Amino acid sequence: MFDLLVVAAMLACAWMAVRGARLLIAALWLAGASALAALLLYRLGAPEVAVIELSVGAGLVTVLFVFAINISGEEPPGALTSPVPWPLAALAVAWPLALAATMVLPTVRPAAVLGPADRFATVLWEQRGLDTLLQVVLIVGGVLAVLGLLAARRPRPGKEPR
Amino acid sequence: MIPLSLVASVAVLGLVGIGLFGLLVTRHLIKVVVGLQVLVKGALVALVLAGRITGQVQVAQSMALTVIVADTIVSVVALALAVQVRRQFGTLDVRALSALRR
Repeated sequence: MFDLLVVAAMLACAWMAVRGARLLIAALWLAGASALAALLLYRLGAPEVAVIELSVGAGLVTVLFVFAINISGEEPPGALTSPVPWPLAALAVAWPLALAATMVLPTVRPAAVLGPADRFATVLWEQRGLDTLLQVVLIVGGVLAVLGLLAARRPRPGKEPR
Repeated sequence: MIPLSLVASVAVLGLVGIGLFGLLVTRHLIKVVVGLQVLVKGALVALVLAGRITGQVQVAQSMALTVIVADTIVSVVALALAVQVRRQFGTLDVRALSALRR
């Protein structure tokens, strides 16, 4: 029952984040959805990832959103709706999801009961060391990309685009 | 009593649905990133759920960690891009980027 409540609250937060009229409020709803997703991950038996999701997903990313909204100014998203009307978009999302639900939900089994598993650190460093290397490469690449993007100059007055 | 795996599957489907819907209905660059974040959260829960069902939670956690890092980098780069687009074009409309075609 508790898990059901958590999932319902998480989906509500996610919906408000996607449909909210104000950007700053949407970022806060997203942080709420992130925190509840972390709680769900913890309940699913993944405490390490839950902690990282809580600190990165609900913390760092929210700070970044607030920072970006602050710099770029609050442009109301209501004026920038897609050419796809929302009922059509809802339909386009709903039928594949309904199909997936009918195929997946009946096959979901409870947790497998196996012998003692490896520790998370053992798996992370010894079995999936390549992933860790990839993460380092991603972080360095991301930092370089952001530095490059933020260092780009403003266009000269005579060469304004459009 | 509803099993946790079933509840988590519903969460995955819901998050993926809301994220996709969010990507479809807006042209606002920052809202696109929000939709993407919701979508990736669904993928994250799905990974851990799959690990739980197959009894390999630690491997799933390791992969989920990679997903979190990649997702965060994507958000950071996309938000920096949004800031630059706003500076250059004065709007956060995705269609402003079509000026690149010229």
